[in-house]
Amino acid sequence: MTTDTPARVTETGPRALARQRRRRSVVRFWTRYRTHRAGLAGLAALILFALVALTAPLTVGSDVAGVTDAPGQPMESPSGAFPLGTDRFGRNLLGLLVWGSRISLLVGLLAAVLSVTIGTLVGITAGHFKGAYATVLMRVTDWFLVMPTLVLAIALATVMSRSLGTVVLAIGVTTWPTTARLVRAQTLAVESRPYIERAKALGGGHWHIMSRHVLPNVMPLVLAQATLGISTAILAEATLAFLGLGDPTVVSWGGLLQEAREAGAVSSGDWWYLVPPGIAIAAVALAFTLCGRAVESVLNPRLEVDR
Amino acid sequence: MSSAQKTAAPVLAGPAVRARTPRARTTAAYVRYGAGKLGGAAVSLLAVLVTGFFLFRLIPGDPVKTMTGGRPVSAEQLASYRREFGLDLPLWQQFTDYCGKALTGDLGTSYQFRAPVVDKISEALPNTLLLTGTGFVLYTALGILLGTRAAWRNGRLGDRLNTGLALTLFSVPSFWLGLLLIIVFSVGIGPIPGMFPTGGMESGGEEGFAYVIDVAHHLVLPVITLVAVEYGQTLLVTRSALLDEMGSDYLTTARAKGLRDDLVRRRHAVPNALLPTVTLIFVNLGRTVAGVILVETVFSWPGLGGLFYQALSVPDLPLVQGLFLFFAATVIVMNTLADLVYPLLDPRVGR
Repeated sequence: MTTDTPARVTETGPRALARQRRRRSVVRFWTRYRTHRAGLAGLAALILFALVALTAPLTVGSDVAGVTDAPGQPMESPSGAFPLGTDRFGRNLLGLLVWGSRISLLVGLLAAVLSVTIGTLVGITAGHFKGAYATVLMRVTDWFLVMPTLVLAIALATVMSRSLGTVVLAIGVTTWPTTARLVRAQTLAVESRPYIERAKALGGGHWHIMSRHVLPNVMPLVLAQATLGISTAILAEATLAFLGLGDPTVVSWGGLLQEAREAGAVSSGDWWYLVPPGIAIAAVALAFTLCGRAVESVLNPRLEVDR
Repeated sequence: MSSAQKTAAPVLAGPAVRARTPRARTTAAYVRYGAGKLGGAAVSLLAVLVTGFFLFRLIPGDPVKTMTGGRPVSAEQLASYRREFGLDLPLWQQFTDYCGKALTGDLGTSYQFRAPVVDKISEALPNTLLLTGTGFVLYTALGILLGTRAAWRNGRLGDRLNTGLALTLFSVPSFWLGLLLIIVFSVGIGPIPGMFPTGGMESGGEEGFAYVIDVAHHLVLPVITLVAVEYGQTLLVTRSALLDEMGSDYLTTARAKGLRDDLVRRRHAVPNALLPTVTLIFVNLGRTVAGVILVETVFSWPGLGGLFYQALSVPDLPLVQGLFLFFAATVIVMNTLADLVYPLLDPRVGR
């Protein structure tokens, strides 16, 4: 890269080149992403939710979840003091909703990261080492793919102790196969390119090829999968919590719905107890889905029509 | 999907087969394909059996104590429970016993109901089939219909609305939607009176035709919930499958022949797009099982899903284990059926 300013001259060399190339591709990615209106809306919603969750200790504080000195009467309908009413212990539902976003988002993120990590590991190794290893691995993947995810996750969560770790694990180990399949296909495509042959000829080992050549090339795909995976994970977390398999000591959106049902909010028609957590779950899941689809269609222009 | 690599080599058949008529050859190829699929399914079912066993040995601490739910139980009772569930035997013997029993249809005794797990399952199965079957037919039909419309008018307002609604409903937790429907249509809110029952499958005391009407009345809200959360998937799959076909030359040819747009869609494009859709509908059955568990829980429907919820809130481990095996096996069997039917629909597969 020849440049006209003296400052840029110091930046030449392979690392600087790579950095520049990466920066350019990020800019290119953003320029294309910007054209997806639904993706932008999803991104804006996500930033909003992230801000709410991150600032929750300042805005509501952790004592909002305490049952001992709750500020209101049990099951109050919405009013000026409690915009969303109170729960069966007299706690402020708006505060609980804000506080619960932390757990729901955290579990969703962690579970999606776990799932995508397993999927990427399986996918890359199955694509790189062909033969019996790959066959066995892909059979296992196919088996997990047809298994009813929720049933498996419920079975896992039932036999383990009730904790956030259990929920993350149960969701993570049941949702990885889609990523594994996609990553394997991409790995096969990448490995058939001539530069991999060149790397091998220059003495690059398995680890070098997988981490330096294949991984950066499957990363965009993994990113899209992770974004879509978070929305699945958030829904799964809410479902497990609703079935009473979540951590009973923390507040989450699914847990709020379970409490509402147990408190008889359904038969007494207390819609204000039920509606907000569900809308929050649906909004976050939808936002992640919209972002994931936008990322997918930026990376795979063949899907461009999907917009 | 995985079928392609497996059966791509009919070379093994040799000249003996090649000498026969093409029909015999394709039949032989199909039999080989089917045998491969059935073998794979058998391995998968075995894997489910093994998972079922070891998963429920993962329980930290004493499984008998977990089963009694912390209630005060005497040491003799614990020992008798242990003997009843065969937990005093060495692990390998437990495993062989369990496999032998499971293969002969004995899934143990429910701790909670004091009845054989198989009996509980067969009692609840017809109710689940009624709900799932109705839901499945409706959401598949709706998904395919709306999906083809959306793809054909790709990018226009109708497509955007359809896809947007499907995505939104796809993101809605099914149990929450069910609870809302109960509040609005069963309990009644504002001007809307409670029109439907809040749960269960029958009011009791009805016979003959009145009974059928009563069950149908109870069926409405659960089916609406199931259809609402599941049709989005079928819609999106159909839509993208049809979009893949849209640019194809054969459609241009069909149009050039002067066929009406409607005919091009129904006779040419949709049948081709339906093929991948059929597979994906069956692959996604696992999701439907999840939907059914939640819908049945919310509407207290006396089916397998409701039973699963009852079992895991205790937790009634033999029942959870039995239902786990049953759900997993069903999904595998349905997928295998789809694999077997698929080459009959699409001559390109399995030859």
